Amino acid sequence: MALRIAASCVNCSACEPECPNEAIYPTESAFAIDPAKCTECIGFHDDPQCALVCPVEETCVIDESYPRYQPAA
Amino acid sequence: MELSEREVAEAAIKAGATNVDDIMQKMAEHKGCETTSDGGKKASCGTAAGENDLPPEIWDKVKNHPCYSEEAHHHYARMHVSVAPACNIQCNYCNRKYDCANESRPGVVSERLTPEQAAKKVLAVASTIPQMTVLGIAGPGDPLANPEKTFKTFELISRTAPDIKLCLSTNGLTLPDHVDTIARYNVDHVTITVNMVDPEVGAKIYPWIFYKHKRYTGIEAARILTERQMQGLEMLTERGILSKINSVMIPGINDQHLKEVNKAVKSRGAFLHNIMPLISSAEHGTVFGLTGQRGPTAQELKKLQDSCEGEMNMMRHCRQCRADAVGLLGEDRSAEFTTEKIMEMDVNYDLATRQAYQARVEEERLAVSGAKASELQVLAGVESDIKILVAVATKGSGRINEHFGHATEFQIYELSTAKGAHFIGHRRVDLYCQGGYGEEDALETVIRAIKDCHAVFVAKIGGCPKKDLSAAGIEAVDEFAHEFIEKSAITYFKRYLEGVAAGTITHVDRGDLVAEIRPGEKAVDVVAAAAVPAE
Ligand code: SF4
Ligand code: SF4
Ligand code: SF4
Repeated sequence: MALRIAASCVNCSACEPECPNEAIYPTESAFAIDPAKCTECIGFHDDPQCALVCPVEETCVIDESYPRYQPAA
Repeated sequence: MELSEREVAEAAIKAGATNVDDIMQKMAEHKGCETTSDGGKKASCGTAAGENDLPPEIWDKVKNHPCYSEEAHHHYARMHVSVAPACNIQCNYCNRKYDCANESRPGVVSERLTPEQAAKKVLAVASTIPQMTVLGIAGPGDPLANPEKTFKTFELISRTAPDIKLCLSTNGLTLPDHVDTIARYNVDHVTITVNMVDPEVGAKIYPWIFYKHKRYTGIEAARILTERQMQGLEMLTERGILSKINSVMIPGINDQHLKEVNKAVKSRGAFLHNIMPLISSAEHGTVFGLTGQRGPTAQELKKLQDSCEGEMNMMRHCRQCRADAVGLLGEDRSAEFTTEKIMEMDVNYDLATRQAYQARVEEERLAVSGAKASELQVLAGVESDIKILVAVATKGSGRINEHFGHATEFQIYELSTAKGAHFIGHRRVDLYCQGGYGEEDALETVIRAIKDCHAVFVAKIGGCPKKDLSAAGIEAVDEFAHEFIEKSAITYFKRYLEGVAAGTITHVDRGDLVAEIRPGEKAVDVVAAAAVPAE
């Protein structure tokens, strides 16, 4: 139920303020997503905002280790 | 031998002058012995360089701005801090790992600061360098894609240092949303990077934009961007905020189109248009770098600038400085002000010393423009179609005061009977002299960079380079050492024309010789500014 940030992150910080769930935070080397907070932007926007604003393709990607987010019915 | 201000300041520190006042005192004394020339004749009102072309209220705003006033940039300094690395568009000449190519040299990473750190840095620098009168927030990234950080920095600085002018540069996408805040913080200069006004052209420069929670690509993206840029520009003009336009000249993509851009921005009230060369190379990892898109030659750039000049003021002295460059344009003192050093500093912002120093600089400036005005008379009555270029080695203050071997760049002046000595730009070169002796290769680099010039004016030059320059058809002139640039150039030009008339000099048009913007493949840019030693 979340996106994750790959090692290709260039630390530009563009994604951080765009997240409607404040799920993105800086770490020493790159930015990271808190999977407990990320809703894949469901309920807010049509597409994941972090992936749209990120300048490096394939950096904000679906985290396969989590089941896809299910919006509350 | 003449010492630079910095050397004097350093010597003063060594001699035990620990507070700023003592240093200023030493610097002021040093300055005093430089101003004994005949240049003190008062320039009559309205003849100082640059003043003619602009409405008085605009001239008032630009005259102390080292980026905008050709004349002021010899005397005043600006600094850029970067607090906002995020961006909301993608440019094909940018790789976000590095600085924003809009304002800075690609391939150099700037230090990233919090607003609090940035504000402290600015105050520390301003307390040490009294000429520092302008603070800009620029790339990497777009300051308005990160408005909270940008405006927080402005707020902190304007509270302690109300005398510092604030400016920012932006790609313009969110500009209309922030114009009122910009006005509230009294930001007096905004730079917008406008590379096109035609979405078809824009689609080749911008692969995508992020706007209102969506990603747009292709022509649609470029259409939104240009509409927002023009709307933002109009809103700034309505509020009396100065706007400068930067354009990156990309041969084959927007080079001819930039004339239309020039008209479009002028009609919306932009006061200055700065056309910069694309600097691109594969190791920057940008799209243009990887596709082998070349940048323009110095001649192509000048030709385009010339063809726009009739339309509005062109800025020729922009050297695409690094966004965090500190000091007089081109003189980078960043190493003295790293975040670590600054956080340890005790900053005491001394407005009075700064004002006293700036008053001193004003006198020096009057002297320079006085010299220029009086010397223009020298050419009165002489008419000729001949135009020549000369290169000048200078450390600032409008004088020929740099040793040929120490010059990291040359200022280029065009001499004609119509305009006198007209500044047209900079050519950056590698340090030719590394520790006292010249190096063959480096000299060749210099020759390549200035080979469209007839002469190079220096404070001093060795016998060997002088001979080599002469073999390349460039006369090395050291007889005007420490004199004012314009005055010397005009004296030289007058003599040249007399020589041609008397048949002792055969005029050769060197304008077709192609001077390079970048020497070799190394990431050292002849026109770009960063006065950091080449990596
Ligand atoms: S997908 Fe949306 S919710 Fe998840 S981290 Fe990205 S911006 Fe935040
Ligand atoms: S936008 Fe992309 S590159 Fe920038 S910090 Fe976020 S994940 Fe990293
Ligand atoms: S606006 Fe600046 S930071 Fe953003 S993509 Fe263009 S050059 Fe890079």
